[in-house]
Parts: sequence; C-alpha cells; structure tokens
Amino acid sequence: MAILLIAEHNNQHLKGETHKVVQAASAIGGDITVLVAGANCAGVAAEAAGIVGVSKVLVADDAIYQHQLAENIAALVTELGKNYSHILAAATTTGKNFLPRVAALLDVAQISDVIAIDSADTFVRPIYAGNAIATVTSTDSIKVLTVRPAAFRAAETGNNAAIENIAAAADAGMSRYVSEELTKSERPELTAARVVISGGRGMQNGENFALLNGIADKLGAAIGASRAAVDAGFVPNDMQVGQTGKIVAPDLYIAVGISGAIQHLAGMKDSKVIVAINKDAEAPIFQIADYGLVADLFTVLPELEQQLG
Amino acid sequence: MKILVPVKRVIDYNVKVRVKADQSGVDLANVKMALNPFCEIAIEEAVRLKEAGSATEVVAVSIGPVAVQEQLRTALALGADRAVHIETTLNLDSLQVAKLLAKVVGEEQPGLVILGKQAIDSDNNQTGQMLAALTGMGQGTFASKVALQDGKVAVTREIDGGLQTVELSLPAVVTTDLRLNEPRYASLPNIMKAKKKPLDVKAADSFGVSLTSNVTVVKVSAPAVRQGGVKVESVAELVDKLKHEAKVI
Repeated sequence: MAILLIAEHNNQHLKGETHKVVQAASAIGGDITVLVAGANCAGVAAEAAGIVGVSKVLVADDAIYQHQLAENIAALVTELGKNYSHILAAATTTGKNFLPRVAALLDVAQISDVIAIDSADTFVRPIYAGNAIATVTSTDSIKVLTVRPAAFRAAETGNNAAIENIAAAADAGMSRYVSEELTKSERPELTAARVVISGGRGMQNGENFALLNGIADKLGAAIGASRAAVDAGFVPNDMQVGQTGKIVAPDLYIAVGISGAIQHLAGMKDSKVIVAINKDAEAPIFQIADYGLVADLFTVLPELEQQLG
Repeated sequence: MKILVPVKRVIDYNVKVRVKADQSGVDLANVKMALNPFCEIAIEEAVRLKEAGSATEVVAVSIGPVAVQEQLRTALALGADRAVHIETTLNLDSLQVAKLLAKVVGEEQPGLVILGKQAIDSDNNQTGQMLAALTGMGQGTFASKVALQDGKVAVTREIDGGLQTVELSLPAVVTTDLRLNEPRYASLPNIMKAKKKPLDVKAADSFGVSLTSNVTVVKVSAPAVRQGGVKVESVAELVDKLKHEAKVI
C-alpha cells in the first residue's frame, strides 16, 4: 500500500495537524510519502522528513502554490495521486478545500473527517453533527480521506526521510490570490491546545472576553467561542468551536456562558474533561460536563484566575 | 447572468437524531425535515445578487424523492425564479450528486453556482468542490463575502487563521459559510406565489450518469455517551477537583 499525504503548512512551518495525519496514515499501513507544495518551503520539507513513519518527502516549490489555491494544488495532487492507494489530508479548511476536487478528478469518492481507521478500506466518521458515528467501507481504487486531527495523537519526530524535488504542474489560471487577513494571536492554536477556554453569549460583549485572558495565560490555554458569541460580533469567526467551526478535543475544555447547543457540542464533546460555568442550572451543557458550576461568570472568572495562582 | 443554486432536504437542525436499533442508519421516519441551513444562505445570496441587478435569473435544483419538492417550493418562496427536481429514491453520495449537477450546469449554463458548504446530515463538505472539478470551474469555498465585477467574482473565504480573498473567472462555484448573510423568511404571499412558479421534474437516470457509489455504510452507531458529571459548589472546589481528581491542571 502506498499512501500520499499532503502536508499542511504556511511555507515557513509545518502545522501540527500533519503529524496527526501521519499517525492516521500509519494505522492504514504502507509507505507514507508526504507532499509539500508551497513557495520557498524547504524548511517545511525538512520538518516533514523528521516525522517518524514518513518514508519520503516530495517538494513542489513554486510560486503558484504559495497560497494553496485549490485549483493548482488539486491539479498537482491528482497527477501524483494516480500512483497511490490512499490520499490523505487534514480536515482543515485547506484540506477540505482541495481534496474533494482531487477525488472528483480521480473519479472516486472522498471520505470526510475520518476519526478512526478500522482497516485499509474501512473508516469511521461522525455524521449529523457527531450525533451518529458511521463505519463505511470503500471499494474505490484510490481512497481519498480527510482526517480529523483532534481524533489522532501526533506522530513523533526524529526521523530522516529522503527529500526529493518534483516539478510543478501547469498553472490552472482560474483563480488568483488577492489578500489575506489573519487573526494575530500569541496563544496556542485552538485545534492543538491542551486546554481550551471558550466564551458564549453569556459573555455579553467582546470586552468581557478579556476576563478569559488571565485564566488562559495561567493554563497555557487557547481561547474559543460559541457561534452565538461570533455572530454577535464579540470575537472573530476563526475562534468558533462547533459543527461549522473548529473541532477540538483538548485535555480540558472550559465552557463559560455557553448553553450547549447540539452544534457547539459537535465541536468539543470529545474533550477529556469538560467544565461548564453557567448561571442557568438547566443549560444542556451541564448534561455533558464533568464538573459544573452554577454561578455568575462575572464573579467566577476573576476568582478562578486568582485561585489558579 | 443566471445563478444555479443546488439545495438539499435534510433533517431540521434542531432535531436530536436517533440512531436505529439495527444500526442501519438514523431514524428519519416522522422527523421534521427542512432546507439545509447552508443552502438557505446560498438561495439568499443568489436572490440578493438578482435584487442588486447582477443576476437575471435564479434557478434552484434538488436531487431526491418527490418530497424534496417541498424544499424547492421554499426556495421559490424565498425568491428563486424556477426549480428543477431530479427525481431518484437512491441515496446518492457527493460524487454522484456532483455528476448530476454537472449535467444541469451543462444544460443551464449558469454564470455562477452557489451551494452550501456542507449538508448538516452527512457533514461531507464535498459537493461544491467536486462540481467545480467536474465542470472545470474555479471554486470559492466557505464564502463570507461575494462580490461580482467585470466578469469576475471576488470571494472572501473563512479559513482557519482568519480570512482569505480570492478572485475567480466566471463561471465559478461558490460555497456559502454561515456568516455570508442572514436568510430572509418566506412571507405568506410569497409562499402562495411560489406554488405557481415553474418546477421541472427529470428522472435522475435520464442524465446518463452512473448512480452507484463504491462507498457502503457498514453500520451507524450512537456516539459514546458521556458520563454525567458532578456539580461543584465553589471555585475552590472546582480548582481542587481539576488538580487532584481530574489531574488536568
């Protein structure tokens, strides 16, 4: 079995999701080739070659891959992919963008957001916002999968795989990068953080999210939000945890002023320990929380920050 | 310019789904069904583009059993001009849906196709990208802003680190994210008018597309149930439990 895995990176660094996809690929079994497509991405290739389990790294270094436009990446992956039995990418906005395009060009199905590998052709994935778990089997000649990073641990580093440069495919010319507006944050990335503290509608406004900062600093936590908080304009959308936002599974998830709608739970209910702080004792979040505190968040948060010392 | 909007009938997003005891799927009998929320946003965007004078006609299309006509009527009540129903009782995968839609694109020649980013039942997030691939169009996925100008479309996309704007040549495929717009409600007079709008029915097997999928569902099970936890009385007790019982801080 030969597995092609597309690395997730920002041209400077490999993202942590890639290590998790390598772990998933190892569960399939077979030679793992990692493709790094980007611009001036030699450093990323070196990082990828260091992941245990990777046998080879292919580098397509070209300006057309700088912003990972789906049309160009898909053309390259489709051409390469014909020689592999499995093609994997992380179920991030990047992977979700180009991989279905690859699958259609190869005329095979894609299996999205895989959370467990049963065998080389049988995979497990959540449906209905995580309220049902489907086991599916594929007889396609090439299995195309996006992998949910939160469901796998990161593969170790300390390897030294061979790195090979490959030629870029032709520019598809259908799309052009215009601009990017990235949220600046010193905190760990939401999907990789060991602790996540999220605020909901109960935070009342954007300024109050500052109450979470001190606690997040002390716990080394990332800060997330419910859709209600994002829609109300309290915080930017890339902080959203849920079915349509990010899926996280940290060791500790602290939900503050979040009622616990199905769509939010879809994004965090696989966390190891869940804490809910809400003044409504009937809020659905308490049904899944390991520890619940029924109290006003405006008195609890400062106290919590203080007690974390 | 014509805009094509594929829509899907799904379980209402407020319904708590139940897995069938025989693990063959989820129980959809007597459950409230609705237009997929992302499809609603797609219709709204198309109608707004028409209202702004950028589009001349909005065509809604849906694939499935006769019941999907209910959702097509909703789309018409929201402002679509006409609807196409591709009838099949088969449960199709994204690839087969995308292949059928590619045929519709061939017939209708739209300048823009707007779909939802994912259906809340299968949670696949594939159809728009696959349709773009099969029709050779550029794709603007997870759109939170769509701007048409000079034969091109600028799409602002919601990506993991923030926002990204790309420009696509038309025709193009756009998939909607939640924050693209706030869909309107269908008013009673518009619901009445929608009953008179044209709705064509075509058989899915008349398109010459193979409708068989190579992916089979082995079983559908309920997710592991979390053990109900405890309520603590104070912040001090919470911190103590997190330190000594759960050992996560």
